[in-house]
Amino acid sequence: MKTGFYPGCSMKGSAREYSESLLAVAKALGRELPEVPDWNCCGATAAHNLDRDLALALPARILAAAEKEGMEEVLVPCAACYSRLSVTRHELLEDEALRQRISGLVETDYRGTAKVLNIIEWLAAIPDLESRIKRPFARKVACYYGCLLVRPAGIVNFDRPEEPQSMDRLMKLIGAQPIDWAFKTECCGAGFSISRTDLVAKLSGLILEDAVSRGAEAVVVACPMCHLNLDMRRPNIEKRAGKKFPIPVVYITQAVGLALGLAPKKLGLQRHKVSPSALLVPASAKSAAGPQTASGDSPAGAGSPTATAPKVN
Amino acid sequence: MRSEKLAHAAGNSLAGRVLEKTGVDVARCYQCGKCSAGCPLASEMDFPPSQIMHLLQLREFPEFAELALRSHTIWLCLTCEICYCRCPMELDIPAIMDTLRHESLARKMVNPKAKDILSFHRAFLDSVRYTGRLFEMGQVVDYKLRSGHFLQDMLQAPWMFLVGKLHLLPERVRDRRMLKRMFARTLKAKESRP
Repeated sequence: MKTGFYPGCSMKGSAREYSESLLAVAKALGRELPEVPDWNCCGATAAHNLDRDLALALPARILAAAEKEGMEEVLVPCAACYSRLSVTRHELLEDEALRQRISGLVETDYRGTAKVLNIIEWLAAIPDLESRIKRPFARKVACYYGCLLVRPAGIVNFDRPEEPQSMDRLMKLIGAQPIDWAFKTECCGAGFSISRTDLVAKLSGLILEDAVSRGAEAVVVACPMCHLNLDMRRPNIEKRAGKKFPIPVVYITQAVGLALGLAPKKLGLQRHKVSPSALLVPASAKSAAGPQTASGDSPAGAGSPTATAPKVN
Repeated sequence: MRSEKLAHAAGNSLAGRVLEKTGVDVARCYQCGKCSAGCPLASEMDFPPSQIMHLLQLREFPEFAELALRSHTIWLCLTCEICYCRCPMELDIPAIMDTLRHESLARKMVNPKAKDILSFHRAFLDSVRYTGRLFEMGQVVDYKLRSGHFLQDMLQAPWMFLVGKLHLLPERVRDRRMLKRMFARTLKAKESRP
């Protein structure tokens, strides 16, 4: 089975550590991930907001290029790109007239043979992942799926649309303890990061508030947009909320990479706004300053990963 | 076969055009309000999603359809898909929002409050049109010029550069002429740039 890799634009720029950590993990696991040749932007939110044909043609060109290269699967780690590629494939396979029209626009006969894979599907399909874990990622983690990995359910056909479990299972596999929380698939504000930063600060703040109050030591994400909003927009979030949220946000591939024993630098962990350094101290040897807690007002037990999380009431 | 089967059922109302373009019949909405209850931005909207559905349902009144096309709501919709997920009639509301945005744009009815959101989308697609991929720095500069928010995030750029997240040169797709043709036959064909 030939699996191609569609990085998308974010992973080449503001989310380069997602790409770095994925490729480091793939290398450690002996998996090859050739890029889709001469790939283009999927159009993201902007294209489907402004023009339907363009929103279908941009992803169709990518998928057609993968097909031509003989790729049977395309790994699309960015949840937003994953959504656009999945929706396009679904719509074009459902409607022959539309498939022909879009094929005309991309000047290639798109057939839909290449399957679209998200990062969780790709990681979960690695049979010997568990046996390769060298340093279990023994942390309380908030698995944040966001919107587009799991919705629309009828199209992505992956996990439950509101209380998904696949990332939780994967985190357990690498030694982490996923918490039960309410914001797994709530929207972070997505593409409004620049145009309506105020709304992103509001929505992302609610997500962090819940994760922190339930004792998570890290938020794990699978989308560059979610990471951008929860990490790089932290100053905006904290300003709006009027308090600090010191919890780091890591990509799923960074968590897996740490568990595989890869060096933090190889995983791009130095590129975050909110330092994930507390996660790099071995879980058993942590001091009171180690884990991230809601605030300084938790008197005891803050130092232990197994201690009851401070409750914010 | 959706596009062929529904072409005849269009009618001349906005609801009819929505049905033609998305296959979603707004008449099936019975106003339970679950979409508005779950929408993360309903509190920011002038009409929450269920009211947009109601405006479309009153198809004999084109002035209501116009209210929907001129609403802030359609541009605030994040396409998070939670409304579609919870709708008991499984109505694809995000697809309706897309169609309303397209028509609002084509008929120059975009709500003035959505100016920045629209500037961002245009700057994004400009970047993709020229290079085939999003050039983040180029897009931000383009957005600042369009929106007038010159000072926004001034401190973010140096930090991004320091941690290696900001590229000064764009990555380019080899076959850019094909992409130019694609844009010319889609977005460009439907609107002239403001």
